[in-house]
Amino acid sequence: MTAADTTADTTIAVTRGAGRGKQTPAGRTGRSAPRRRALAIPHIILAAFIVYFALPFWWLIVASTKSQQSLFDGKTSPLWFASHFDLFANISALFNYSGGLYARWLGNSFLYAIAGGLGATVVSVLAGYGFAQYAFRGRRAFFAIVLGSVMVPATVLVIPLFVMMSAAHLTNTVWAMILPSMLNPFAVYLMKVYSDEAIPAEMIDAARVDGAGELRVFGRVALPLLRPAIVTVLLLSIVGTWNNFFLPLVMFSNPQLFPITVGLGALQSQAQVNTGGQALWNLVITGAFLSIIPLVVSFLTLQRYWQGGLSIGSVK
Amino acid sequence: MAQTAVTAPPLAAMSRSGRRRGDVVSRRRARWGWAFTAPFAVILLVFLIVPLVFAFVLSLQNTTLAGGTSWVGFANYIKAFTDPLFLSGVWTVVLFSIVLIPIQMVVSLIAALLLDALTSRFARFSRLMIFVPYAVPAVIGALMWGFLYSPSFGPAQEVFGWIGLTAPDFFADQNVFGSLVNIVTWQWAGYYMIILYAALQGVDPTIYEAARVDGASAFQTAVRIKIPMIASSLVLILVFALIGTLQFFNEPQMLRGMASGSITSHYTPNIYAYTVAFSYHQFNYASAIAFALGIVIFVGSYVFMFATRKRSGLMK
Repeated sequence: MTAADTTADTTIAVTRGAGRGKQTPAGRTGRSAPRRRALAIPHIILAAFIVYFALPFWWLIVASTKSQQSLFDGKTSPLWFASHFDLFANISALFNYSGGLYARWLGNSFLYAIAGGLGATVVSVLAGYGFAQYAFRGRRAFFAIVLGSVMVPATVLVIPLFVMMSAAHLTNTVWAMILPSMLNPFAVYLMKVYSDEAIPAEMIDAARVDGAGELRVFGRVALPLLRPAIVTVLLLSIVGTWNNFFLPLVMFSNPQLFPITVGLGALQSQAQVNTGGQALWNLVITGAFLSIIPLVVSFLTLQRYWQGGLSIGSVK
Repeated sequence: MAQTAVTAPPLAAMSRSGRRRGDVVSRRRARWGWAFTAPFAVILLVFLIVPLVFAFVLSLQNTTLAGGTSWVGFANYIKAFTDPLFLSGVWTVVLFSIVLIPIQMVVSLIAALLLDALTSRFARFSRLMIFVPYAVPAVIGALMWGFLYSPSFGPAQEVFGWIGLTAPDFFADQNVFGSLVNIVTWQWAGYYMIILYAALQGVDPTIYEAARVDGASAFQTAVRIKIPMIASSLVLILVFALIGTLQFFNEPQMLRGMASGSITSHYTPNIYAYTVAFSYHQFNYASAIAFALGIVIFVGSYVFMFATRKRSGLMK
């Protein structure tokens, strides 16, 4: 049995388990007094976890409403609002900083994430379906390379990519970021495992007997069945590109092309040096706060897809 | 009886000719397999295989202004594995793996077990809160914690005050290791928790029934049944964590501005490779460092998967 077979088995177990969340075994509903006391300790531990994981967010929200001065003057607690609410002043200062550079960074992040994410998804869906449905010569070796490539460290690739891109005069262009982001071997793996499970062979055969060509089978039969996994892979690829730091750090020296991760990093080091006495810390903090809103909101609203994707991922 | 004897030969003949026709069909289909996987194959070739080969070639050469490019064999590797800066970086990330990974495992395992056992709305809310840091890019997470650690406007003094302590200097030489461990735990524990939680939800609940009938407590069920049942997921996230930790880059790179004395330009092998490549423009030696790190990662994760193959079912 190969690794891929094993993992496929586990996937079924996981997907089957997904529906079980709400079902409560009889014993768990019994709420006698000792039972309730037994439940108190786990809830206290969970509460401690919440404090730990949420505290940085709370601090960031609070700090982004403070001016540079009230950040430092020590008059109010770092965990509570100052008398003066400066969030909107900070936001407008942030968007006016250096000719609207911050908006530019946000826009770049959206562009790279969506272009790279869409590209990676299209390529991965096609490849995953191909690996799952067709027994072509070289498939095993090809798929082994896909699995192995998950283990290749980013640095090993980024250094030669930089040399190649600068030879092709592509550094400091959006392509230096978008094109390499279209490579997502893990997404191919997820799509292959999901296609194995979600597309019944009889359905494909029936479509073929009815005279549908391979492209038609893919478009009309397979794609609708794959939709949940496609959404998951799209989200994972978009977030992967959005979060990327190393690649854009190396590829771009022009601040106009920075994504938000590199941009904020640069702004922070500038605040550190603080040339010209400009108030920058409040901008870095407000910038960090605004930049995490899109992803946090998408995580909270699209929870179902995240968990679906991560549980497919869990069996790798 | 006689009828069977008569009908048998034609059937066999039919199936034989059918198989021959099937061969043609499957050969035509095999071409479709390549068609579907071709876009990915191109991207894999251009952005993974070629850079990898190119990096290897670079690592076997030396470029000097006077002498041009010359082949030096494995000299750069010998240099790397005797370079105290590289070795100290490797030692740091190995130490990180030893300290960080068990802490992450314990936090995410406790959270997952609690969330699996509890079905209250509070538990669902905590699952979300523990997971949310994963939505924050690693770089922004490090930036946020950099603020939190800040003695001038961070809340550390106040939080430590709650339990009657004074906050340490998080950026001091002896503390920066722990500060980084904390950031990574905060960032990733929720992700691992979701993977483990999904695996726990996939376990057949009738097993727990049997344990309860035998009088096992919730704690015993967790330790004796649940943890062994999700061993493969545990091994999986251990491998993920190991690969990620050995490549440690984003968080220390981000904190360097604030803790410049404690986080050196060779703090981890990846930071060292980045410095050598982009500050000193020694792409040859940087490629050798990156490759050497890749070898460490590959050997490390392979040995780990091999050692745990009985438990995990990976690599059968």
